Amino acid sequence: MTGTTPAPTPLPGPAVAAPDFPLRTRAAIVSRLFAVQASWNYEILIGNGIGFCVEPALRLLPGGAGGDAYRAALARQSQYFNAHPYLSSFAVGALARAELEGQPAARIERFRTALCGPLGSVGDRLVWVGLLPTCSFAALFLFGVGATPLVCVLVFLLMYNAGHVALRLWGLQMGWEKGLGVAAALGHPILREGPVWLARAGTFLAGAAVPLTVMRLVDGGGLPRVGITLAVAAVGASALVLFHGRVEGWRLALLAGFAALVLFLLRHA
Amino acid sequence: MIVDVLVLGTLGAILGLDVVSFPQAQISRPIVAATLGGAFMGDAGVGLLCGVLLELFAHETLPFGASRYPEWGSASPIAGAAAAAGAAVGGVPMSLLFAVPFGLLVASVGGWSMVQLRQLNARLARRRLDALARGSAATVAGLQVAGATADLARSGLIAMIGAVFALPTVRWIAVQPAPLDGYAIPMLASLGGAVAAGAAWKMFHSTSGTQWFGLAGLGVGTLLVALMSR
Repeated sequence: MTGTTPAPTPLPGPAVAAPDFPLRTRAAIVSRLFAVQASWNYEILIGNGIGFCVEPALRLLPGGAGGDAYRAALARQSQYFNAHPYLSSFAVGALARAELEGQPAARIERFRTALCGPLGSVGDRLVWVGLLPTCSFAALFLFGVGATPLVCVLVFLLMYNAGHVALRLWGLQMGWEKGLGVAAALGHPILREGPVWLARAGTFLAGAAVPLTVMRLVDGGGLPRVGITLAVAAVGASALVLFHGRVEGWRLALLAGFAALVLFLLRHA
Repeated sequence: MIVDVLVLGTLGAILGLDVVSFPQAQISRPIVAATLGGAFMGDAGVGLLCGVLLELFAHETLPFGASRYPEWGSASPIAGAAAAAGAAVGGVPMSLLFAVPFGLLVASVGGWSMVQLRQLNARLARRRLDALARGSAATVAGLQVAGATADLARSGLIAMIGAVFALPTVRWIAVQPAPLDGYAIPMLASLGGAVAAGAAWKMFHSTSGTQWFGLAGLGVGTLLVALMSR
């Protein structure tokens, strides 16, 4: 999950002038990137989604949409592929350029295979273990200090999607600019250091947000009631860390919640 | 009731689609989706309370590729709506004590249904491998549309079934006398706090220096709690 997969070595090759990348094609690809996982499955993962996203660029190949070059390229791009959905934009940009440059099919296929690992592991660390929990804890912090529902929701969505949309757009641009040399972009400070700083921000916000959230949820009863609730939470958190990998807290909470509900209702009966 | 179920089903379908298929903007996160569900039932504040509790649990379940995880998009609006519907006729604590575990249960069912959807998508793709190998644009687009449509139907169905059960149940539970209801929210808060804190440690502890940032945050949070609880 958080292991580091080395970035693929940029493939050497003759320098090729960048083909045209019209705004209309770029806009079509960007809109499709948001649906890259629509047909996610256990056979080809997001392979079909990559083909779907690259397809507007392939219409620029000699012979146009439906031509031999177009069909061969689309078949290549719709095979198995795995990557973090947001970082797949790097692959889409790079693969679109490689196809329009007329790179050999075998070279494109090797490049495609080499990209899968790094785009998955970097994305997981940057987004799922970085951006998402950090934004979530920021929203919980705001809730804890008394923000309204609208503020909590808007701040979360704006913070998260500023990063999310920027990452997709930047990835497409970098992929297109670098082509088969996109591996160099995976060493960019944002991708290398971003997860570290997001983890630090997330940890700070988690430390601040959890007590404040519990306080506001308990809402009343003063410090002793809040203190007891927090102490129970701390003991529970320690137990979950201790039994890490063997117990899932949310499943326990599901059982405990329904058990308490039944108990409270039976107690009255 | 029928209108509520239909609207919540539509909301759940849209938010469920966001989890994986389109656009992954995290409008499906509990803090957003449950608040929307609560707002639809007329009480965004109670929806937010439910969403915050579910959000604490959601930190433990990150959406890594092929892993199986709870699907919050269709579950959260139903939980938020149930909490608000219960609070409208009775007490908030018992409404939340039903809505939060119910949300976790629906999210778990949603996670199972996503596995079924992925298997369905795989069957559809397998049948069209020849067309994909020929570079058929219609097949590529068709698989994307079919996957998204099935996901929309899946999450909408789960949300509707959830709403049909949750709304009358919570309205009954919320008006039952429950002398112990004062313990309901502290219990849910301590469970949620434990899961979120444990999850934060699991997510961040391997990054160098995070322990100091965590301690600093804890210091700030504890100080604010002491000041604000007076």
